[in-house]
Amino acid sequence: MSAAVSLVDVIKYFGSLKALDGVSLEIEQGEFFGLLGPNGAGKTTLISCLAGLARADSGKLSVLGHDVSTDYREARRRLGVVPQELVFDPFFNVRETLQIQSGYFGIRKNDDWIDEILANLDLTSKANVNMRRLSGGMKRRVLVAQALVHKPPVIVLDEPTAGVDVELRQGLWQFVRRLNGEGHTIILTTHYLEEAESLCGRIALMKQGKVVALDTTANLMSAGGTLEEVFVRTMRQ
Amino acid sequence: MIGFWTLFYKEILRFWKVAFQTVGAPVLTALLYLMIFGHVLDEHVKVHGVPYTSFLVPGLVMMQVLQNAFANSSSSLIQAKITGSIVFVLLPPIPYSAFFAAYILAAMARGLMVGIGVLLATMWFTELKLVAPLWILAFALLGGSLFGALGMIAGIWSEKFDQLAGFQNFLIMPLTMLSGVFYSIYTLPNFWQRVSHYNPVFYMIDGFRYGFFGVSDVAPETSLAVVLACFTVVSLLTLSLLKRGWKLRT
Repeated sequence: MSAAVSLVDVIKYFGSLKALDGVSLEIEQGEFFGLLGPNGAGKTTLISCLAGLARADSGKLSVLGHDVSTDYREARRRLGVVPQELVFDPFFNVRETLQIQSGYFGIRKNDDWIDEILANLDLTSKANVNMRRLSGGMKRRVLVAQALVHKPPVIVLDEPTAGVDVELRQGLWQFVRRLNGEGHTIILTTHYLEEAESLCGRIALMKQGKVVALDTTANLMSAGGTLEEVFVRTMRQ
Repeated sequence: MIGFWTLFYKEILRFWKVAFQTVGAPVLTALLYLMIFGHVLDEHVKVHGVPYTSFLVPGLVMMQVLQNAFANSSSSLIQAKITGSIVFVLLPPIPYSAFFAAYILAAMARGLMVGIGVLLATMWFTELKLVAPLWILAFALLGGSLFGALGMIAGIWSEKFDQLAGFQNFLIMPLTMLSGVFYSIYTLPNFWQRVSHYNPVFYMIDGFRYGFFGVSDVAPETSLAVVLACFTVVSLLTLSLLKRGWKLRT
C-alpha cells in the first residue's frame, strides 16, 4: 500500500534562502498528522510543493504513489488543500463557488455532496450569499468546503482555525475527525498546539526548513509536559 | 474536459455578472467615437468611395473586439493573482492547454459580444452591407483570440494593476489606435504607411473591413496570413509560460 504522502530529500530555495533543507517523511494512509513549527519553518512551502503551487528544486514528492510533477493530474485529484490565506473569488456566491470548484476537478453534478458539506460546516443558510458579504470565519469555512468538494483521500489543512471563533473550531474538528474516521488522511499545520495535541496521532516539528523531530504525539510528550513545552524545548535546541 | 468547460463557464460568468461595465461601457464608448468623428467628417471625407461613417463602423467594431478580448483575460488573471484566488485554478488537475483554451475562448466571447453590441448600436447611424461575412467572422475570431492570448501574457507578467495599465496604455492602445481604425493608411505620408505595415492590428482591421465593403488596403489573404502567424507565435509563447508556471507557480 502506497503512503498517503511521501517526501524524499526535498530541497527548495527562494533566491539564496534555503526554505526546505532536505525534508524526508512518509505519512501513512488514514493518519491524522501534525506539521508544526514556528513562522518561516517551511511548513507552507512544503505544502505548496506538495500541491504544485511551488516547484521543489530537488527531491521527490508523491501523493498516494503519484509523483506531483510527472503525474501531477493524478496527484492533485487525490489532494485537497485549505490554504492559509483567506482568499475568495468576489464574483460568486457560496454554492456557485463550490460548483465551480467541483467542475475544476472533473465533477459535473455534485449537489448532494455540496449540500452535505454545507450542512456540516453550518453554511446552508449562506449558500446563495455572495462571498464578499461573508464574515472572515464564514469565508474560512468556504475554503474548507472548497478543499473537500472532490472528496480527496488526502486533506491538507494549513492553519484552518486562524482567526476563527470557538463554535466553528469545534464544528470543523468534529467534521474533520469524521472524515479521518472514514479513512481520509489529514495533514494539519497549526499554531494552536493544544489542537494538534488532541487531534494528531503523529507530529513532525520543523525548524529552518528541516524536520527536527518526528514521532507519535504520545512519544513526543513522554519526556513530560504539554506539547507546547516539548515544542519550545525542541526549538531552543 | 469538464475542467476546461468549467473554467470557460466561470470566465463567461465573471464578465457577464458585470455586463454593464464589461459589455455596455465599451459599446457606449464606440458610439461616442462614431457620433463625434462621424458628425464632423461624414460630409467631407470618403474612403475607398465609402462614406466616412460607414467606413468607421467596422474599424470601431474590431477595435472593441480586440480591446475587450485583451481586457477579459488580463483582468481576470491579475485580479486572481492579487487577491490570491488564483490558487483555486492552480490546485486542480487542469492541464495547461485546457487553461489556455478556456481563457482564450472566454476572451473571444466577450470581444464578440461587445463587437455585436457596437454593430447593433451603430446600425441606426449608417447602412452597412456584409459583402463577405466569412472574412468578417475569420478576422473577428482570430483577432479576439490573439488579443486574448496577449491579455494572458500581460496578466501573467503583471504583479500590480499599474503594470497591467502600462501594458494596456503603452502597447495595446497605440497598436489599435494607429492601425487604421479611423483612416485608410494610404492617406498617411509614405514613412507612416511603411510603419503601419509593421503593426499586426492594421491587418486585422483592414481584413475585417474587407468583409463589409469588398475593398481593402491589403489583400485579405495576406492579412489573414499575418494575423494567423502572429496568433501562432503569441499562443506558443503563452503555452510555454503556462507550462513552466512562470509567475504563477513559485
